[in-house]
Amino acid sequence: MPSRESPGTAEPLRVSILAQGTNLIVSIHTALDDSQMTRLQQDLIDQVGRQRSRGIIVDVSTLDVLDSFATRTLTQLAHVARLRGAETVIVGIAPEVAIAMVQLSMQMNFVHTALDLEEGLQLLGELTGAPEIAPDEGRSGE
Amino acid sequence: MTETEKRPGAAEEGPREPGFLLPELVAHLRELRTPLRQEWATRITDAHLLSSMTAQEVFSEATSVYDNYVEVLETGSVEALKRYARDLSERIIPRGVETHEVIGIVLLLRDVLARSLFEKYHQEFELLNRVLDAYEPAANRIANTVAVSFVEERERVIRQQQDSLLELSTPVLQVRERLLILPIIGVLDDTRARQLTEQLLGGIRNHRAKVVVVDITGVADVDQAVANSLVQTVDASRLMGAEVIITGLSSKIAQTLVTIGVDLNKMRTVGDLQGGIEEAERQLGFRVTRPADAQP
Repeated sequence: MPSRESPGTAEPLRVSILAQGTNLIVSIHTALDDSQMTRLQQDLIDQVGRQRSRGIIVDVSTLDVLDSFATRTLTQLAHVARLRGAETVIVGIAPEVAIAMVQLSMQMNFVHTALDLEEGLQLLGELTGAPEIAPDEGRSGE
Repeated sequence: MTETEKRPGAAEEGPREPGFLLPELVAHLRELRTPLRQEWATRITDAHLLSSMTAQEVFSEATSVYDNYVEVLETGSVEALKRYARDLSERIIPRGVETHEVIGIVLLLRDVLARSLFEKYHQEFELLNRVLDAYEPAANRIANTVAVSFVEERERVIRQQQDSLLELSTPVLQVRERLLILPIIGVLDDTRARQLTEQLLGGIRNHRAKVVVVDITGVADVDQAVANSLVQTVDASRLMGAEVIITGLSSKIAQTLVTIGVDLNKMRTVGDLQGGIEEAERQLGFRVTRPADAQP
């Protein structure tokens, strides 16, 4: 388990962070409360530094709600990660979630979004130029 | 007659009277079933009602309605009649029978029966009065039930047609791998705008679309609420990882968009559908070429 226990918190983080090549992949399955969300952000940023990751993918396809705190935390995560040299892609936002976010004018500036994990990986490949995650035949000769 | 009205017990006796008058009435109508039915059918034909049905059909429906009518008078329950009226409406609406015709024939039946009652009781004026007291509310109720059932059935048909129209009105078509087009034609109101949003976002997910071209050449004008919802739909699509290209903006819609202060960086627009599809293909890396030998 790559997730690290922060001092002072008894409950382990219920989200696993997987490293794949130069990317970190997180799939959020259940709605996380605010403190869990903050810890996830913290853990991810730590990992970016430790693993020298170039990209982060957060999969939210099983969530039917994305509240304003989660949106803000994810946006913040993207900004901080970028300062540490990694791009963040949120993948799998459901149609209902997307329209709700827009209607509540929750902004996700400088955050990339993609349809699903596969798309997200391809987008990261384009953004970071890392060769091993760009299997697209059109670009492999580059 | 005046004596009856002035009697203090008249109010209590009143409701009891239909109790024994109605069976007599029903027996009378049953007895005269054939001539009355015939007269009714003749009067329907004379009044040029139900002209879309044959005389035979009119007669057989008239028989059913007549029997149902008498039954309601007898039992006082309109449930069976309601069912029959709904069933009848279902059969005759597709043949173009109008509301005024249905109400007309029921009123005719009421008149025919009332005439026959006049004929039977014209010697005893007071009795006639009481018979009519019993008959009229029931007859009115029947006329009401039939008319309401007919109108309800019509409305149900209209609703059904509206639903199917709405369903067909926003097609989501795949033209290339990961490229969808949504041609919108007609009036874009609130309901359709909401439907457009649902169809578009659902389409992105189901077809794994990356670019969607929404063509609104066929929409003349939209109000600010709809324009806003259009902008929101574009934003939501981006959250799902797809880009929306809007084509065929009329000058009026373009002005509305500018008035509500749309962020032009976020909104991709191309003049016409062809340009939109070409732009989308370029974005997806497709290149459409003509074979060398086919060139003019």
